[in-house]
Amino acid sequence: MTTTTAAPLVELRNINVAFGGVHAVRDVSIDLRPGEVVGLVGGNGAGKSTLTKVLSGAQRADTGEILINGSPVEISNPRDAKGFGVETIYQTLALADNLDAPANLFLGRELTSRLGNLDDDQMEDATRKVMGRLNPNFQRFNMPVKSLSGGQRQAVAIARAVYFNAKILIMDEPTAALGPAETAQVRNLVRQLKADGIGIFLISHDIHDVYDLADRVSVMYHGRIVDTVKKETVTTDDILGMIILGKKPGEVTDTEREALELRG
Amino acid sequence: MTDVAGAAPDQMAPRGRPNILDLIRATEIDLRQFGMVVALVAIWIGLWYEKPGIISPVNFLTFSVQAAGTAILATGMVLVIVSRNIDLSVGSVVGFIGMSYAFLMANVFPATIGVNHPLAWVIALALGVLLGIIIGGIQGFLIAYLEIPSFVVTLGGLFLFRGLIWQLSGGTTIAPDDPTFVLIGGGPEGSLGGTLSWVFGIVICVAAVYLLVNSRRQRRRFGFPVRPMWAEVLIGAVAIVVVLGAVYTSNSYHWPAGLATQYALKHGIVEPPGGLQIEAGIPFPLVILIGVTIVMTFIATRRRFGRDIYAFGGNPQAAELAGIRTRWTVMKIFILMGILCAISGAIASARLNGGTLDLGTGYELYVIAAAVIGGTLFAGGVGSIPGAILGALVMQSLQYGLSFLQFNSPQINMVLAVVLVAVVGVDQWARRRAR
Repeated sequence: MTTTTAAPLVELRNINVAFGGVHAVRDVSIDLRPGEVVGLVGGNGAGKSTLTKVLSGAQRADTGEILINGSPVEISNPRDAKGFGVETIYQTLALADNLDAPANLFLGRELTSRLGNLDDDQMEDATRKVMGRLNPNFQRFNMPVKSLSGGQRQAVAIARAVYFNAKILIMDEPTAALGPAETAQVRNLVRQLKADGIGIFLISHDIHDVYDLADRVSVMYHGRIVDTVKKETVTTDDILGMIILGKKPGEVTDTEREALELRG
Repeated sequence: MTDVAGAAPDQMAPRGRPNILDLIRATEIDLRQFGMVVALVAIWIGLWYEKPGIISPVNFLTFSVQAAGTAILATGMVLVIVSRNIDLSVGSVVGFIGMSYAFLMANVFPATIGVNHPLAWVIALALGVLLGIIIGGIQGFLIAYLEIPSFVVTLGGLFLFRGLIWQLSGGTTIAPDDPTFVLIGGGPEGSLGGTLSWVFGIVICVAAVYLLVNSRRQRRRFGFPVRPMWAEVLIGAVAIVVVLGAVYTSNSYHWPAGLATQYALKHGIVEPPGGLQIEAGIPFPLVILIGVTIVMTFIATRRRFGRDIYAFGGNPQAAELAGIRTRWTVMKIFILMGILCAISGAIASARLNGGTLDLGTGYELYVIAAAVIGGTLFAGGVGSIPGAILGALVMQSLQYGLSFLQFNSPQINMVLAVVLVAVVGVDQWARRRAR
């Protein structure tokens, strides 16, 4: 680990979110350092997405604190989050299918002339430059993103975060819709961003994705954090066990382990 | 990295011999809109074949004035539908604001600012626009912030404002409007006149050429691919021919003899033998329509507000997550629609020189039909203002042409119904095939 002594980039403290009677996130605390990738794993409905939505401004926490660079902040909508350098790449991509790549990249933050008119040429130019780094073969700058492949769409979503100099990046299932080659591309990109000192929360169903990229892994189970572990100290089977049973490796009984091995 | 733009492969490059579709694509003209222009020309050729007399300056003027009222509203309806909403209240709101103009000028002004006050038309218009903003604001608020479906809110508006027309007028026609206000409705006097029409036409041509040249220069500066030169020249030439042709046609209509004689007497002009020939020129409603089209296209394509509308229509969640103030955006669309209703209501009231109980009745359906024929999708996110204008022209051409051919209005409505459904059907089929 390079920067364990640095102050956390983000700290979420004692976050609680409930929907009606369902406690989606219970008293969760988690942190992230610059240049670190923290994997968030857990079964469906474990609360991973809800937790990160609190940070990205898409969901308000009922109780709890958010600290960025050590000072408490108020994030009540996506605009606030972007103001603190938090960019999110959503599972559903959050692209407007009917608009082209530059319009999507600059959605909500368009470049304008002095008179406030959209400067589409400037935006296309910037998009060409960013996409040139992420996906050099991409040429369909004036097509609705609906007509793009999954990897190209993902590149547009990532380009957004790169262009706006994200300091904290939340990636919610970034490779779920991608083929093997495109997945490899995204993995390389994550390493590149990490090297640039960006802190990344990586949510994924794919244990191997997480194991490959993350420095630490937080496992969630029914809204709680089971444990946050350094990757070197565990195996993928340990993580799988935590996801399914909701217990730390040491707490698992023999019968449970047998049941798990039968399932695996 | 090599120079991206320089190395850009031309994706539209025709494989093998170029066919007509590739040539049209090179101009970057929307194929669908091109098809509508073809349809429009075909309609008029058909009408001309049936009755050659239909192609005349006076018909052109009457037609354009009639089309202006709904076409103006269609530009706003596009944005409403793009944002996944609908506005059924436009006809009643046009009627209500139209009646309010008449009420002001016939009942309120004489007792307050006096008859024929020089600014009467300005005050009336300003109050009408204010009324439009308030009505649109209230409906928009209910839709955006209280999340009552727009279909329900504006259906309520349709009934409410039609009822208010009766309340305001006491169930009768109110007349007359201010004599200057009446000019908004067109007619020989409500037009630009010969010289100004040419000036107006030439200004538009110069602006169009400037836009083409400027856009090309911009793209060159950034090293983006540009249209082939012949396409630029062709587009510019077509625009100039259409604009100057319209001016020429408008100017070939001369004031009726009686009106010209009155004018001559009033201004102490000795009438030459054969009467005074005064060119009418572009009627004011058409001038207003052109102005509204330019402003609305500008809003839709060059302003953040427009971009927000399309983003919201394409994916409301994405727009919200991108930090767009989506509720305010939706409310603003309805305010804009209210302003357009005030403009359209002014033309309608001015044409009748007063307010009638049925003013604007059924407008909502023509306007929605125009937007849909123009390529606006109810699913949201897709629709263009020039498309809606073309849609309004197609609707109005059929209506005007068929009534010229002595069809009665129920028959015309049946034709319009078939055209509406057929156009949308063909559209769906084409979109599915394009996938």
